[in-house]
Amino acid sequence: MSFDVTKVRKDFPIFERTIRDAKKLVYLDSGATSQKPLSVIEAEGNFYKFTNAAVHRGAHQLAEEATDAYEGARLKVASFLGAKEEEIVFTKNATESLNLVAYAMGNAQPGSRFALTSKDQIVVTEMEHHANLIPWQQLAARTGAELKWFEVTPEGRLDLSAINSIITENTKVVALTHQSNVLGTINPLEAITARAHEVGAVVVLDACQSVPHMPIDVKKLNVDFLAFSGHKALGPTGVGVLWSSVFEELPPFLFGGSMIETVTMTSATWAPAPRKFEAGVPNMAQAVGLGAALDYLTDIGMQSIFDHEVELTGYLINGLLQIPELSIVGPRNTDARGGSVSFTVGHIHPHDLGQYLDSQGVAVRTGHHCAWPLTRKLGVPATTRASLYLYNDESDCDALFAAITGAQKYFA
Amino acid sequence: MELDSLYQEVILDHYKHPLNKGLSENYGAQVHHVNPSCGDEITLNVTAIDGKISAITWDGVGCSISQASVSIASDLLVNKSFAEADAILNEFTELMQSKGTKEGNPDVLEDAVALAGVSKFPARIKCALLGWMAFKDAAVRINTTTGGE
Repeated sequence: MSFDVTKVRKDFPIFERTIRDAKKLVYLDSGATSQKPLSVIEAEGNFYKFTNAAVHRGAHQLAEEATDAYEGARLKVASFLGAKEEEIVFTKNATESLNLVAYAMGNAQPGSRFALTSKDQIVVTEMEHHANLIPWQQLAARTGAELKWFEVTPEGRLDLSAINSIITENTKVVALTHQSNVLGTINPLEAITARAHEVGAVVVLDACQSVPHMPIDVKKLNVDFLAFSGHKALGPTGVGVLWSSVFEELPPFLFGGSMIETVTMTSATWAPAPRKFEAGVPNMAQAVGLGAALDYLTDIGMQSIFDHEVELTGYLINGLLQIPELSIVGPRNTDARGGSVSFTVGHIHPHDLGQYLDSQGVAVRTGHHCAWPLTRKLGVPATTRASLYLYNDESDCDALFAAITGAQKYFA
Repeated sequence: MELDSLYQEVILDHYKHPLNKGLSENYGAQVHHVNPSCGDEITLNVTAIDGKISAITWDGVGCSISQASVSIASDLLVNKSFAEADAILNEFTELMQSKGTKEGNPDVLEDAVALAGVSKFPARIKCALLGWMAFKDAAVRINTTTGGE
């Protein structure tokens, strides 16, 4: 394999530590959060050590340098996504990015393309993370709009057969995930974006599980909003991104300093995007850290990372399917699928399985993965999820297989 | 192995052969509790006669710790007064919060001392307490609606 995982792992200090009595750390929980290369940890630390000042204000050298660093990070995000600088807004995380869209739509003037009434519809899917479901449930509740959704097939794919009756002339927004955090399914966007735009709706894409793992060019995706979290893409916690090409038409969500143009005692006008959406002193060190993370990913190459993960996902799925009583929830091949693989093992409860795996140094996620309606639909109370990233290799999968077999003996 | 302190034989026994599982037709109070972080759910019925707990039945899905713990609680707290049950519950809660420093008094807690190891695994304490908190809730409801009768 041309992809050198051993070399990659040397860049991540956490792999120098051991787990539970000197066992090798087998980290298969990158779907929850990724580990960080030293360059990211240092970029965040160096901002505080050498450059720290409030950006976009202050008449001093540090403020200039801090602003350059922060705006430099925005440029890196833009270039990573094939976007323009003014299309990138920094948030706290993807959850905030998605809430920003939902709340800003709620603030839209009556009659604007974003304003919702009881005649309008919001469309989501059954495989959404709670972060891309509840903000829309709440927006529907506040405006009286109707919430509709695409169902998930038993194979873990979106059922698009009724697309024209789900997305209708009354649909104002279609919010969906690019890649399911539970099933690993990569959703086909073309039919959905075409139908949404045909009826004048905007498309909001939760790209938390795709941006860190595959090449993304927002111009080709044909969506209107895209959200992702820095911490799942090797970056620090506390920074997320919202990309949009229609920011100018959208009213602000959070109000305060930095986001204004003029202010009187009774009124205010807004700065142009992206600053209109970045009220207050922003998460500067975290944005700079994210910039370093995207540099790191770009140096390795997103296509190489994607190819490595697809190959490894195939190895993971094949190995899991050899284990008696193990059942994969989601696609059982690597077609349009990323490296999040959820499964159940006989009647061993995922929480017990996860505990045993931990005793062997294997870190996985168990539960409903913040997608409770999906696990209900799939008819399982919970699942165990192994999720891969660029620093995983076949030895991590082998450790997982061995540990699952061990758990079957332990709980027999 | 550290894991063995968590998965005591007694716990796995209760998990495989749970006591009082299957909801009674009649009850003084019925409660439904969930652990939102993992999706464990239980429904618990409590019946009292003359201020004494006469029956605890339950149904649910969850991990071995949550299911064994509710099985143990349903056996331990029956035929106790609410005051006695409250004292046992408090002792159990203290044990769960002990971070592995307490063994638990077997005269009071009986099989529940087997759950002492849970206190060393912070993520599992909620699992162990699920059924007990459901009982506490049910007890409050019975005593506010019927005065314990």
